[in-house]
Amino acid sequence: MAKVSFKTDICKGCGLCVDACPKKIIALAKDKLNAKGHSPAIITDQDKCIGCAFCATMCPDCVITVEK
Amino acid sequence: MVVFEKPKALTDAPLHYCPGCTHGIIHRLVAEAIDELGVEGKTVGVAPVGCAVMAYDYFACDMVEAAHGRAPAVATGLKRAMPENIIFTYQGDGDLASIGMAETVHAATRNENITIIFVNNAIYGMTGGQMAPTSLPGQVTQTSPYGRDTAVQGFPIKVSEMLSALDGPEYIERVAVNNVKNVKNAKKAILKAFKNQVEGKGFSLIEVVSSCPTNWGMTPSKALEWVEEKMIPYYPLGVYKDKSAEKKED
Repeated sequence: MAKVSFKTDICKGCGLCVDACPKKIIALAKDKLNAKGHSPAIITDQDKCIGCAFCATMCPDCVITVEK
Repeated sequence: MVVFEKPKALTDAPLHYCPGCTHGIIHRLVAEAIDELGVEGKTVGVAPVGCAVMAYDYFACDMVEAAHGRAPAVATGLKRAMPENIIFTYQGDGDLASIGMAETVHAATRNENITIIFVNNAIYGMTGGQMAPTSLPGQVTQTSPYGRDTAVQGFPIKVSEMLSALDGPEYIERVAVNNVKNVKNAKKAILKAFKNQVEGKGFSLIEVVSSCPTNWGMTPSKALEWVEEKMIPYYPLGVYKDKSAEKKED
């Protein structure tokens, strides 16, 4: 099963992964801030992930690791 | 099984770039190419002046900081002194297409065996959004508040088209990083540019059309849409010169 993990402490909340996800299961956390003051990207429904790594391909900060 | 993780040729230092800046994607593609060719131990990068001025903190290989625009001249010296090493430069449009134009053209025409990654985002990013040689006609910047007027400020410089008119360079391609498909194509192009150097073929330059959300005054996703709608029609993607492929056809 596919699994994505986010290093939320270095995420800048740019949202490019949110746009890239074909399953629309990534969102910016509305109720959380990281140490840099950004709302980090989080996965909303891990089970729906297909492991395409589109999110990680578009992430400028290497926040995302994808396993399958 | 890990499908995607940070390449080893990048250090753990957090990038200083603005949120949504595509410099991070291009850094990663360069690092992936270095990893795939297994040349990290003998690669020397040349950092520019511009937003990527601190690239030496991010690449795990040896790095040299060049004076503004002079990266191709520094790379020429490094390559001639150490022909076994892999030398690349990483430059923006203000660096390569403005103050460093002479160094770029002459390194190209000499067919120096180096790899140049040229990031074109149509603006000066680090200094606060002034008009660059590559700013589009009509583009509003700090120094062209009514839009770039071609009657006064001239036309943008199309670096790939211009350099491909020379007989010297081995490989010139323009790619973009505005969507997944284009990032994958950009990765292939950058890998080929490094491979050409390993095989001793000569000068390879990859122009990467990228974005500057902060100075364009857009959100990161709007900026990527602007790349698709405005930048790519003016700067068409594709291979502009590939001497090895031309030779095969003959």
